[in-house]
Amino acid sequence: MIIRGRAWKFGDDVDTDAIIPARYLNTSDPAELAGHCLEDADPDFPKEVKPGEIIVAGKNFGCGSSREHAPLAIKAAGLGAVVAASFARIFYRNAFNIGLPIFESPEAAERIRKDDQIKIDPDHGRIYNLTLNEEYQATAIPSFMQELLAAGGLINYVRQKVKNGV
Amino acid sequence: MGMTITEKILAAHAGRNEVQPGELINARIDLALANDITAPVAIREFNRIGVEQVFDRNRIALVPDHFTPNKDIKSAEQARTMREFARRFGITHYFEVGRMGIEHCLLPQEGLVLPGDLVIGADSHTCTYGALGAFATGVGSTDLAAAMATGEVWLRVPETIKVIINGTNWNKWVGGKDLILYLIGKIGVDGALYKAIEFTGETISALSMDGRLTMANMAIEAGAKNGIFAPDEKTRAYLERRARRPYKFYSSDEEACYCEVYEFDLGDIEPQVAFPHLPENTRPLSEVGTVSIDQAVIGSCTNGRIEDLRAAAQVLRGRKVNSNVRLIIIPGTQEIYLQALTEGLIEVFIEAGAAVSTPTCGPCLGGHMGILAKGEKAVSTTNRNFVGRMGHPESEIYLSNPAVAAASAILGRLAGPEEVK
Repeated sequence: MIIRGRAWKFGDDVDTDAIIPARYLNTSDPAELAGHCLEDADPDFPKEVKPGEIIVAGKNFGCGSSREHAPLAIKAAGLGAVVAASFARIFYRNAFNIGLPIFESPEAAERIRKDDQIKIDPDHGRIYNLTLNEEYQATAIPSFMQELLAAGGLINYVRQKVKNGV
Repeated sequence: MGMTITEKILAAHAGRNEVQPGELINARIDLALANDITAPVAIREFNRIGVEQVFDRNRIALVPDHFTPNKDIKSAEQARTMREFARRFGITHYFEVGRMGIEHCLLPQEGLVLPGDLVIGADSHTCTYGALGAFATGVGSTDLAAAMATGEVWLRVPETIKVIINGTNWNKWVGGKDLILYLIGKIGVDGALYKAIEFTGETISALSMDGRLTMANMAIEAGAKNGIFAPDEKTRAYLERRARRPYKFYSSDEEACYCEVYEFDLGDIEPQVAFPHLPENTRPLSEVGTVSIDQAVIGSCTNGRIEDLRAAAQVLRGRKVNSNVRLIIIPGTQEIYLQALTEGLIEVFIEAGAAVSTPTCGPCLGGHMGILAKGEKAVSTTNRNFVGRMGHPESEIYLSNPAVAAASAILGRLAGPEEVK
């Protein structure tokens, strides 16, 4: 499925406290978390973000806490994908596990500007900047993680395994 | 081919003779951990899997430590969700308020994590247990849910960075916190992204278990998957009255491969302070300038152990906290609290004008028990100084060791123990 939307731009080392501050972690309700997504990094973001839009950030996106509330908040806010130069490892795992599409591309992270129109072909890891008429390649997704995505996330994958008695 | 300690532990848990960096493996876990914030999400996901039981009720630890004692009604509901799950499945290692501690202080103390173990926890500071020669790493709630059902986790075998610290010429006030802050200052908050960090060298051999736990704890602040120490006689002594099952010491082969090697000299390392808003923004204490503070926090999974409290008490004994400062001291576990009481440290703290709290993560993550107002500054022995971490997005956190935090509390500005008269 093609992902298409306007870009929001963030810098390097966007941490999980910025994505969802701990003061809101007394709930795990995705809708409630979405209302505070990235508010300490950009107070306008949770108010103005529209479904299908795309976060583009620098290196080490999602560093810090293991809180799955961070990718949950992004997903529940309706974001179509996150593109970053690199991802912190727990965030990377969590995103795959809950089915939030993420793409690692230092080139896209550098070139894409706020409000550029972006199109992503997840199957081939191609990122198109329709505003600048440019194309970037995302790092290949390991085959096991593609299996996870195809199964619809880790829980569905495990449920299938349990059912088959593996 | 030689293997690192991390590779050996992963191979053993994957039922393999050998693994190589970059491989994806399915590994058996020895312990899975969650807390009152991450467990509710994990339980929700666990219930979707459709299994009748957890994989082993003796190999799951559930610790209500983040927003406990319950800070508000919603937190109370989350704590209850975890408590009810623990009761339903007869989870042996559920620790109620009054008998608990901050998870990463508590689990080693209780002998629940041992050398050679593979431990995952739905908390990023799970890497703390590398201090004991275990492979331990943080995961999210969904990973934890799958592990509670199957007893397994998928992992990518990480490359290992070797960090050698040479020398035994300790600056009197330098400890594990300063060594790890110094390293993060050198390699950055993503300097070890996806990788293992193996700590070694004469300095490391001389470091106490509490100091090692502090260092391993902050491996994640360099982006690492795990931080690990080869276990030795200090490890064995620490485990003597704690371990209740057999354990195994692993060490790296001489011909093991490292993706990078960093070598530092202890003589170059003075107490460190990490300035806002990243742990990599470190400065040696002698270069911090004049920064006035409103609050000091001594505690957390990084520095809430008995040695940390002793260092703070050494500085605070017979002195008073500055009238402009709130000093909050949080022993990491009930056992540490009681030990501090027995040693007279709590008396020193209260005489000095500090608030002493029951164990909780509380202020470290801006939960409760010491939230900062707009524009306020805190020196803290915790592990993260991100924007808004301890309260208002326009507050500031300076990370330090316990002695520096105590001295700063007395003087009302960032200061070293030597400056306290």
